[in-house]
Amino acid sequence: MAVNTAAIGKTYPPSLYAVGREKVKEYAAAVGEHSPLYHDHLAARAAGFDDVVAPPMFAVVFTARAIMPALFDPEVGIDFARMVHGSQEFRWGPLVVAGDEITTVATIDDISTRGEMGVYVFATESRNQRDEVVCSGVWSNLVRPG
Amino acid sequence: MKPGDEFELTVTPDRFITVRYAGASGDFNPIHIDEEFARQVGLPGRILHGLWTMAQVARAHTEALGGPDKLERLSVQFRGMGVMESEIVVHGIVREVGEDRAIVDSEARQNGKRIIRNGEAEIRL
Repeated sequence: MAVNTAAIGKTYPPSLYAVGREKVKEYAAAVGEHSPLYHDHLAARAAGFDDVVAPPMFAVVFTARAIMPALFDPEVGIDFARMVHGSQEFRWGPLVVAGDEITTVATIDDISTRGEMGVYVFATESRNQRDEVVCSGVWSNLVRPG
Repeated sequence: MKPGDEFELTVTPDRFITVRYAGASGDFNPIHIDEEFARQVGLPGRILHGLWTMAQVARAHTEALGGPDKLERLSVQFRGMGVMESEIVVHGIVREVGEDRAIVDSEARQNGKRIIRNGEAEIRL
């Protein structure tokens, strides 16, 4: 399928996400994470954290909204109904805890074709309020031809 | 930890897991929560979120290898589709152990199919 590669390298405005204690607990419950670190702020404090700890994959919650503008960018031109998630990579820095404020920037890393499929690769970098990189992600989406 | 060490996690997603995960994650793609819509686009029915299944792979690592701070990197490939009410088995095996990092390979199977493959993690030692 034909793809428009003009958007490669495009970066989207930063997205700010405030990590809430109840949101961390809700996410942890939905993915079967039952450690008190994720559910009990007193247990988390006893373990040396400021508040409940977000499971590593909570990164999805604060990065997804940064990626939305890229997914729906007409210049990128993804047919959302034909898109499947091909692969995913996350690299984590310091753990995220409730009370953190996370700023995420999304970039179009690559747009290419693989056989009949369009391949769209997005990169995200998320930093906390101390400017530490808490998570970087590579999101690879495949779009079937129409 | 040494090369060849293995771990496993089993989980059976219930009928409404995709609804709870949609709310928790913000991913409301109807293929995960609307049976009729899913069938209309050619799926057998509602399917699991790939990132929910990846979260099970991540959990398998952090539960077996010492907690969330140990997981430095995880990459996976999604294949096929995961469904509700059928057991998923995550399997991990330590490939190599260095001075301060270990490399772990993983996959997730359901109904005899690999729904996540080529999982590769770096673990802080």
